[in-house]
Amino acid sequence: MARAVTPQRKLVNTGVAWAVGLLIFFPILWTILTSFKTEAQAINDPPLFLFFDWTLENYTIVQERSNYMRFLWNSVIIAGGSTILGILIAVPAAWSMAFVPSRRTKDILLWMLSTKMLPAVGVLYPIYLLFIQLGLLDSRAGLVVVLMLINLPIIVWMLYTYFREIPGEILEAARMDGAELRQEILYILTPMAIPGIASTLLLNFILAWNEAFWTLNLTAVDAAPLTAFIASYSSPEGLFFAKLSAASTMAIAPILILGWFSQKQLVRGLTFGAVK
Amino acid sequence: MFLKNALRAATALTLVSAAAAQAQTITIATVNNGDMIRMQGYTDQFTEQTGIEVEWVTLEENVLRQRVTTDITTKGGQFDIMTIGMYETPIWGANGWLVPLDDLSAEYDVDDILPAMRNGLSHDGTLYAAPFYGESSMVMYRTDLMEAAGLEMPQAPTWEFIREAAAAMDDPENDINGICLRGKAGWGEGGAFITVTGNSFGARWFDENWTAQFDQPEWSEALNFYVNLMNDYGPEGYATNGFNENLSLFQQGKCGMWIDATVAASFVTNPDDSTVADHVGFALAPNKDGVEKRANWLWAWALAIPAGTQQEDAAKQFIEWATSKDYIELVAENEGWANVPPGARTSLYETPEYQEVPFAQMTLDSINAADPTDPTVDPVPYVGIQFVAIPEFAGIATLVSQEFSAAYAGQQSIEEALEKAQAITTEEMEAAGY
Repeated sequence: MARAVTPQRKLVNTGVAWAVGLLIFFPILWTILTSFKTEAQAINDPPLFLFFDWTLENYTIVQERSNYMRFLWNSVIIAGGSTILGILIAVPAAWSMAFVPSRRTKDILLWMLSTKMLPAVGVLYPIYLLFIQLGLLDSRAGLVVVLMLINLPIIVWMLYTYFREIPGEILEAARMDGAELRQEILYILTPMAIPGIASTLLLNFILAWNEAFWTLNLTAVDAAPLTAFIASYSSPEGLFFAKLSAASTMAIAPILILGWFSQKQLVRGLTFGAVK
Repeated sequence: MFLKNALRAATALTLVSAAAAQAQTITIATVNNGDMIRMQGYTDQFTEQTGIEVEWVTLEENVLRQRVTTDITTKGGQFDIMTIGMYETPIWGANGWLVPLDDLSAEYDVDDILPAMRNGLSHDGTLYAAPFYGESSMVMYRTDLMEAAGLEMPQAPTWEFIREAAAAMDDPENDINGICLRGKAGWGEGGAFITVTGNSFGARWFDENWTAQFDQPEWSEALNFYVNLMNDYGPEGYATNGFNENLSLFQQGKCGMWIDATVAASFVTNPDDSTVADHVGFALAPNKDGVEKRANWLWAWALAIPAGTQQEDAAKQFIEWATSKDYIELVAENEGWANVPPGARTSLYETPEYQEVPFAQMTLDSINAADPTDPTVDPVPYVGIQFVAIPEFAGIATLVSQEFSAAYAGQQSIEEALEKAQAITTEEMEAAGY
């Protein structure tokens, strides 16, 4: 039974939730506002909030100077490709860890997570040299693989936690009815874990979209995604905050919209178990 | 359906890029500074003249440095031209990572490059990068506030005068700081500024045996002077101010003086961005009374060709075009003389139209007053004014400048910061085998 909540308490809770939400969203809001200012207005002190002459000038300049669509397309391919590839590998891996664990499964899980503790720059040179040898520098295929490998521990962990909440008896019953392994995973496990898989997909798409170390260091022209697009508007000698904000807004817009639309699935997947 | 379309689009893209690859294309890595962006706008003209296509990879300065360093040390071959500075050029040139620029054409007139720039971009007398624009540092001050204070800025002020003028112009009620200076951590930000300030007080990074010198009285004097000056007349939170923060303050009329890169002159005198465009005067960077070295640095953003590029000839053609006299004239014609890349060529400063630009002569004088081979009062084993041209320097100076910035912010005393700087530098240099 739900706890009784007084209207006052509800009001306070709502107020606090809004305040925290706004606090978190404020930097993004400020970036969006700045993108509609002139460079002089962008550095105005006291800062201008809403009452300034809104201009689209920065967007025009950014459009003229950079091929936004090329960066966007690269981001979509790299983030999408690495997420899908990751899921394809992680579903069977998480299945085996959740339902037929061996003596070493716990260790493997921990070891996988430990790879996330290594600073990326520590393996920059080995990866870079490998990429030269394989001819993968500045290619989308290379980045898809690297980002998949980087996010794989998280994907496996997330799926493993969802799968663990699915009673093994259901899968057993399927096996009793003659389901093969492939059928078991495809037709029994996957449908039950859909909310979990969906939120894993979304979260990893966002992680890959925002990844800014490898995407900057392994690309030049052809495979450069939106992170490189933003980096090209940051300047050590000159004030281009309005243009930088316009570029940032254009780079985060697609993922922000995707996030808004999939909020429900994301929250449900992250907070609920698979069969609750 | 989506997948099908996506595949179709991907195939089309591949075909398009394959077709484009047939024309010769060079890839240039560069920073997002005003002059570079302007150059990108004119590359169509280069392509028309030569048929060579140009692809730009523009990155933030520190990202660029890491990116091109990785590529050049692994011979990755991602770039045909790299935009690098005066710090990297001699080190990389010595390592054989750059193509020597010793066979540039006669009409390019390599002797026209300002001697200070040419020396700074050479190793053992061989030029390894062509300067696109060069800078020193100088005093920029508000002529109206100076006049109101009843003072006159000498051509070559001392630190004592700068303090006096800062006191006279400081006006907290009207939100005007007497002086704005860099305090931000980072070897190229506050680190560069405090190093040249040290030079102008007779300090140096190392003695001739590569022993760190932060335990010497000159450093203590320089740092104490800087901190007192800034605490008394500087903006709040100056410990996190770098070039851009001070530029913004100055353009909004909140600084009486600002000592920084000469390229800032064209920004602060541009009426589109600056509220004080008509009231800016210039003077040489200061020195402590009686010390022969001034607090001005020397820097160039230059174009270099990484060894191992497949397109050396095309890259050379581009460099000759972008750093030529003709390019300067092209920009002057379209955007006015105040907007041409400064500080690279002697002939520019002999052009009558350019001599009328208010900051031209002071920029040249400041550049000429800087000698990277003799940067300090006492002799040093290194080349470089606001840096020490050894590979270890960027790492060490970043740590040292973090300690200094912590002292500016009041988190530790100046003595503590200097002790730590001495310890850090000694340890790192010993580890590096000096």
